[in-house]
Amino acid sequence: MSKSKNSKVVRYNRWGYIFLIPFLVVYVIFQLIPLVSTIYYSFYEYYRVGLMQVGPNWIGLENYKSIFQGSELLPYFKNTMIMWLIGFIPQILVSLLLGAWFSDNRLKLKCEGFFKVVIYLPNLIMASAFAMLFFTLFSDLGPINSLLLNSGILKERFSFFSNAAATRSIVGFMNFLMWFGNTTILLMAGMMGIDTSLMEAAEVDGANSRQKFFKITLPLLRPILIYVIITSLIGGIQMFDVPQILTSGSGSPIVKGVKTSETLIMFLNDNLFSKNYGKAGALSVFLFVITGILSLIVFKVSGNDKKAK
Amino acid sequence: MKKRALSIVLTTAMVAALFAGCGKETNDGGTTGGGNGGGNGTQPTVSPDFEYTATDGGKVLNIYCWNTEFKERCEKFLPGYTAGADSTSKDKNGDVSGTAEGTYNGVTVKWNITPSKENAYQNNLDNALLKQKDAAADDKVDLFLMEADYALKYVDTTYTVPIDKLGITDADTKDQFQYTKDVVTDANGNIKGLSWQGCPSIMFYNREAAKEIFGTDDPATIQEKFKDWATFKKTAIDEVAAKGYKIMSSPNDTFRIYSNNVSSKWVADDGVTINVDPYIKQWVDDSKELVDAGAVAGTWDLWGEDWSKGFFPEAKVFAYFGPAWLVNFSMSADTEGSIGYDGGWGGITGPQGFFWGGTWITAVDGTDNASEIKQIMLDMSCSADTAKKMVQDVDEFANNKPAMEEMAKEDSGYSSKVLGGQNPLQMYLDGLNGLEIKYASAYDQGCNEAFQNAMKSYFEGASTYDEALDAFYTTVTTKYPNLKKPA
Amino acid sequence: MARAKNQNFSKGASLHARRVIAYIVLIFLTIICLFWFYLLFVNATRSNGELKRGFTLLPSKYFVRNFKMLLNNKELPMIRGLLNSAFISICCAGLCTYFSTMTAYAIHAYDFKAKKIMYTFILAVMMIPTQVTALGFIDLIRNMGLEDSFIPLIVPTIAAPVTFFYMKQYMDSTLPLAIIEAARIDGAGEFRTFNQVILPIMKPAIAVQAIFTFVSSWNNYFTPALVLHDLNKMTLPILLARLRSFEWSKLDMGMIYMMIAFSIFPVIVFYLCLSRFIVGGVAMGSVKG
Repeated sequence: MSKSKNSKVVRYNRWGYIFLIPFLVVYVIFQLIPLVSTIYYSFYEYYRVGLMQVGPNWIGLENYKSIFQGSELLPYFKNTMIMWLIGFIPQILVSLLLGAWFSDNRLKLKCEGFFKVVIYLPNLIMASAFAMLFFTLFSDLGPINSLLLNSGILKERFSFFSNAAATRSIVGFMNFLMWFGNTTILLMAGMMGIDTSLMEAAEVDGANSRQKFFKITLPLLRPILIYVIITSLIGGIQMFDVPQILTSGSGSPIVKGVKTSETLIMFLNDNLFSKNYGKAGALSVFLFVITGILSLIVFKVSGNDKKAK
Repeated sequence: MKKRALSIVLTTAMVAALFAGCGKETNDGGTTGGGNGGGNGTQPTVSPDFEYTATDGGKVLNIYCWNTEFKERCEKFLPGYTAGADSTSKDKNGDVSGTAEGTYNGVTVKWNITPSKENAYQNNLDNALLKQKDAAADDKVDLFLMEADYALKYVDTTYTVPIDKLGITDADTKDQFQYTKDVVTDANGNIKGLSWQGCPSIMFYNREAAKEIFGTDDPATIQEKFKDWATFKKTAIDEVAAKGYKIMSSPNDTFRIYSNNVSSKWVADDGVTINVDPYIKQWVDDSKELVDAGAVAGTWDLWGEDWSKGFFPEAKVFAYFGPAWLVNFSMSADTEGSIGYDGGWGGITGPQGFFWGGTWITAVDGTDNASEIKQIMLDMSCSADTAKKMVQDVDEFANNKPAMEEMAKEDSGYSSKVLGGQNPLQMYLDGLNGLEIKYASAYDQGCNEAFQNAMKSYFEGASTYDEALDAFYTTVTTKYPNLKKPA
Repeated sequence: MARAKNQNFSKGASLHARRVIAYIVLIFLTIICLFWFYLLFVNATRSNGELKRGFTLLPSKYFVRNFKMLLNNKELPMIRGLLNSAFISICCAGLCTYFSTMTAYAIHAYDFKAKKIMYTFILAVMMIPTQVTALGFIDLIRNMGLEDSFIPLIVPTIAAPVTFFYMKQYMDSTLPLAIIEAARIDGAGEFRTFNQVILPIMKPAIAVQAIFTFVSSWNNYFTPALVLHDLNKMTLPILLARLRSFEWSKLDMGMIYMMIAFSIFPVIVFYLCLSRFIVGGVAMGSVKG
């Protein structure tokens, strides 16, 4: 493409490099160097127990072997994905629905501004404070239990945090609540960018709002939608503070000897806390690779890679 | 272009590796006793002829701790200590930095407080200790606080100074309870720290509930009902649970009693294999029996919200187990409507004696405030007067046997308001009889937590005992990478 | 609902039905969104004893007491923490959005050899969890002597791949290259074009990302906890975490809830200010080529 342009464009294009300088400099200093040292340590036996330091001793791929042969990785990956999906599916559906409603100029909802402002509010509470409130609400002797008992829905106290499905659902619900406003705002910003003349033309042709949504809005929204899915997937894999605080870092309930709400990052955090830099490094590299693969799949499936040129 | 980009990345990698390399060498300097490098995974041992340094003349006394308890004790009971401005900012010469929170005989006392939650306190302290050698005189850690569960981790290193090196003699500490010295005795028999409190623990029962269940709240009668574990279980199921009460809030309440009375360590003699003592297994079996019989309120973590509901009469919890500090500070005694507020608890020895918690103060190798530390240790933990004052003012059980025996006498005029006017000191004294700390290891804290957490799923029926045990091994080997699950 | 839409017998009635459904859903969502704030407010008005005994939806009378207790607590310099948090978050929001837009613009508007590599590279590094690099990060900060400084908390936001990606996607859907060409024909320099033509067009996206960055920086505990140790430099989330170091008897639940309320109040104000700007700013942003 650039070859067909004249030399003036080439001169302009020098600015591409110039505009990239701040990003690159900061990135290399604050993220690349730490990242490289993380990868570096993943090949070493390197940990501290109490005040005793072991290593760093070169052990090649031993750390990778130990995480793949251990019984933890797969169940924790499954936990993470399940909890992410529980939150993400309702999140994307509700956000699309709200986005469609808000951008539908025939629906003319009153107090639209108010609703738009309100749905993002849960994201403003610190995850830790939010988890604290939920823990109180759903605890064995907490208000939800007494409500259900008093109204006769339950005969016996239900331990939400001793039940894997219940705990995962609470985590999923909290993530939904914290992020659906965020997603709606992103989608709306995308929808507002859609040319209104397209919509008007469609209306003239007699399209109903459903057709307009599926034939015009959704295809045009694809770049933002992909952004939402990828970032949410990455956020999902990085899920940490909500389950961490809700289960006091234990990843409980344990069912059949396996922690059912322990996420990958919680596992990484456990290793960081025990100062096992070697294993934590290997785990980080693994996480990096699977997020990369997952994002790549979403990217390919949506056909975005062809566009990016 | 691609090639060039790759070479840039590689160069950066090498630079980063260099960086990292430098950092490590200085870190290693602080470790002692040949524990590092080998990867054999055993705790470092302290050579008996290590030369400790503790000098005088330092202007700043740095104290590391996890809460404000000791600071408040100093403000109240330490002669020569004055609470200062809570913060001073850095001046251009960098003289006074950070937070200076008090002065002691002309020396600035800096409190470095890090919450103990999620191990943050120990991590922070470890980092500081590993850097101790290279730190400037005024930044060196001079004194830190530790708990019994992990005391050995520090005691068995050369970071902690034996008290005789500070000039504290056996005569100074002769009145202290033996177990408080055992906890901080290293492999060579050196005592490395001192505590101002003793934490013998007893069983606190709800007096109103006792009247309802047994028709009396007389401690002697109640003690008969809970004198050993067999009787304890029988009473709990047949009498307490039958009347709609729960014997305790969670099975974890009794964990300490069993774990204090074990006959082997959490780690086998080879230093790396995890070992579950038969008596710990006994706790699991006894607790499972009680949980299945519906005699326990829940399977909650200690300190949680549900667990603490039993401090109030509505939750119908019959008993808690713990030391003086539990009933005084944790059981909402200052909150209207709580059992403690109305003096509604009674104390008995219960099925078995045990101790729980306690804080030890220890001097750090390389300190330049040796004489101040010595004086603090003497005034806070060896003085009978201070001990008595602590009992009177804050219901402490102080680490001074003759003083406690004196206060335990009926004519001493001391009684605990929370316990409805009972004087619990004699019970505490009895609880300490025959208590030995033989089977402590540096891994106690992590193992205790992980074990309770794993067994919860066994009590709830979500895992079998072996599955729960597996979960325990997994957690512990993550926490302590050098340990191994038994074959 | 979808079925009602398809049967276009009576357009007015179906529209009416959809509107009713929309209102019901929105009101329900509003309730579950606002409930937590109400709960926080109620808890902030209750005393320690009341909170420990149980739960209620009715406010109590200890609001002022809890507030005074919080401000008078010398271990928790809340006002200072508020200013620190505000300073860091505002700097982050500004730097992050400005430089991310600039980076996205570089990829979007120019053709240069390394363009594809750079784009792929940034997308690849977007997936690295913060926790992964934490070890190396703190080592680096120590070696650079930047502990207890705000620099490691603010400057790294200049390289924010996620914000960059959003800006790039937004440009893909709303910024035609023709606008840039037009600016060039008008004789504007590249830097001026970016600042005076592109930035205004990107306003809605910038406002959106400014909110996100501000909030995440305001609520960030992980990195500040690694970097800041001086009480006077601490941000609100670290002060909140410090509560755990208090003695049991001193832990007043009423004060804790007051502290949480105090910590999220400014961020709500900031959000409300900017959210109005978003809703209003859409019209300005819709310059079409």
